Amino acid sequence: MPNRLAVIDADRCVGCQVCMFACARWQGAGGVGRSRIGVQSAGGMEHGFKVIVCRGCEDPPCARVCPTDALRLRKGGGVVLNEARCIGCRNCQEACTLGAVYWDDHDEKPMICIHCGTCAEYCPHGVLALEPFDKLTTADAGAVVEEAPSGR
Amino acid sequence: MAADTLAKVLYIDLRRKTSERRPRPELFEPGLGGAQAAIRLLEEECPQGTDPLSPENPAILAVGPLTGLFPLASKTVAMFKSPLTGDLGESHAGGRSAVAIRHAGVGAIVIQGASDLPVYLVIDGAKVHFRDASAIWGMHRQSTSGSIIRARESGSGLRTIMRIGRAGERLVRYASVTTETYRHFGRMGLGAVWGSKKLKAILVTGRASIPVADKQRFQEVYDEIHRAAVQSELMKKYHDLGTAVNVSHLQQMGGLPAKNLLEQRYAGAEALFGERLAESYLGRRLACAHCPVACIHIAALRQLYEQEPYFYKTSMISYDYELLYALGTMLGVTDTEAYLRLTDAVEAQGLDAMSTGVVLAWATEALAKGLISTNETADVELKWGDCEAYARAVSLIVDQPNEFYTVLARGVRAAAEKYGGEDFALAFNRLEMAGYHTGSGAYANYITGARHSHLDSAGYSLDQKALKPGEHTPEKMAEALLKEEQWRQVLASLVVCFFARGIYQPDVVIRALSVAGHELTEADLDGLGRRILAAKHRFKEREGFRWDAYELPKRILEAPAPAGPVSETELRQTVEAFARMAGEAGRLTT
Repeated sequence: MPNRLAVIDADRCVGCQVCMFACARWQGAGGVGRSRIGVQSAGGMEHGFKVIVCRGCEDPPCARVCPTDALRLRKGGGVVLNEARCIGCRNCQEACTLGAVYWDDHDEKPMICIHCGTCAEYCPHGVLALEPFDKLTTADAGAVVEEAPSGR
Repeated sequence: MAADTLAKVLYIDLRRKTSERRPRPELFEPGLGGAQAAIRLLEEECPQGTDPLSPENPAILAVGPLTGLFPLASKTVAMFKSPLTGDLGESHAGGRSAVAIRHAGVGAIVIQGASDLPVYLVIDGAKVHFRDASAIWGMHRQSTSGSIIRARESGSGLRTIMRIGRAGERLVRYASVTTETYRHFGRMGLGAVWGSKKLKAILVTGRASIPVADKQRFQEVYDEIHRAAVQSELMKKYHDLGTAVNVSHLQQMGGLPAKNLLEQRYAGAEALFGERLAESYLGRRLACAHCPVACIHIAALRQLYEQEPYFYKTSMISYDYELLYALGTMLGVTDTEAYLRLTDAVEAQGLDAMSTGVVLAWATEALAKGLISTNETADVELKWGDCEAYARAVSLIVDQPNEFYTVLARGVRAAAEKYGGEDFALAFNRLEMAGYHTGSGAYANYITGARHSHLDSAGYSLDQKALKPGEHTPEKMAEALLKEEQWRQVLASLVVCFFARGIYQPDVVIRALSVAGHELTEADLDGLGRRILAAKHRFKEREGFRWDAYELPKRILEAPAPAGPVSETELRQTVEAFARMAGEAGRLTT
């Protein structure tokens, strides 16, 4: 059974972005320019963070709007990019409700999570986890993009 | 391997509203940035005798070769001529500043000149935009101007927003630059330098990837550092209770500066213990970009609006040892919530908390002793523990409605020169002291450190280490302080957080630099550390710093310290030995 990345508890996120560095490093790059996962403050760091990453939709809008079939359904949810077919039209980026399609400005291609779980391995605070696709996670039950409530 | 962009310097001219990127590889050779690049730029850009609040004073920001590559390489070094001390101004801050600058494709930023109108800068990769900041100039809370810029500009998640508050605008000599709400370029008055340039804020963002020499090796060295970071005991300390844990430690050993150092422990300090804050107020922990430790502790303070039942607000206020000392113990505070409200008032204005607390402590004692009266304080009755009075004084330091507050805004030494009380004006080279009354090591550190910061050479730590009798000779103390300060120049040039100094030992630094494409030996690093510190000393001496002309407030000699009173003779001998050794090291490196 293929695995899928899940945001287990965005309230535990301290905003270190170590997940983003892990994603880029897995691709051989330093920095976070190539990261396919994003951590943003929820309107200032005092309000915590939102973690924005592909949730592996079963019927992904990004694939539906791809004019060249460059995005194929991945077994277990989400999509796989065929770079040779991609014309860099950005339809997928606009279609993703979560804003989880990141963009490679150099190659003009989308950068989409492949659910490898590297980011989760490095998360020091238990925000992310790789889970079997059939398991109904907290993330599946709610939304993958979780906003932490402000204050207490 | 694609070309690394670290060796590029972005020059921004605020008067002409122009910018230029210049390759400056020589500043970054043979593989360091940060403090090394910044001091070289300061030597180039700051003419001798420059008025720190004139357009000629450059404001420099620099990051290093490990920024964006390895965990805890999370700091930016700011360098400028200090309007508080009149010589070297250097301050380090994290947040997202370092990673953002690296991603913008530069290793350093030099701000030159002054603007006619208030401006904020947007540095977005290769582009620099000058934005009108008139509408946010004078805003009462620096965090509000931050959130306005946050909403108006793009780049969420990959950007830093460094800004000043009213204290910087109104040229308080110890005004800070705040980044990401809770981190500060504090101490030496960078905020006033920005204020003098009419520079309200700088937003930096970008997506430049950083090339590595060997991807496999990158992963291996990364894992080594990451594991050490998440498993080490030192890191656990910073992660769990944070630096606030020091309040109870110092209280216990009797090295806690309380009530302007009239006391070294006091009943009621328990209200400021890290343990107490964590139990009742810790609302969130935050991290700088690329730091798994998350040492930033935020208290959630729920407050009722007076005379309005059921109307509450919840403020998120950061706490750290240095703030608990300066705005807490130094002022004899015994009420946790009152302390938090005072901190919030200081943060809103963008003042350095440590200097502010020491200035207020001096003023409290000066008022009690009759050196000043309520005529000077504009009817504010300063007394130990009265945080409401202190908060009013904080506003007045920024507003400067009379001569007294104008002088307070220039620091505690300036105040004592005018009103007396120099024996209890706790500053070294005009910089208000840090929160360690641990012994002669701490004071030798304040006097000799290039920034006069406790973080220059950690004298407080030498004091606290169990040393054998006789090990504390002035010669040995001076040698230990100098060696530590020289090594920290290397860390500040990588740029690594000093909290991670236990992890970034020389062998680890060498391996990490190798991944970044720089092959250096331990001897190379030692030599670089010596050279960078010598360059700072040259700058200080050029601007009038003298090793034998330092103030020594009598209070520090009268107040009992954990290992007995601080001996003036021993302290002076330590400083003398340090100056001699630093001079020798300087001659060897020129």
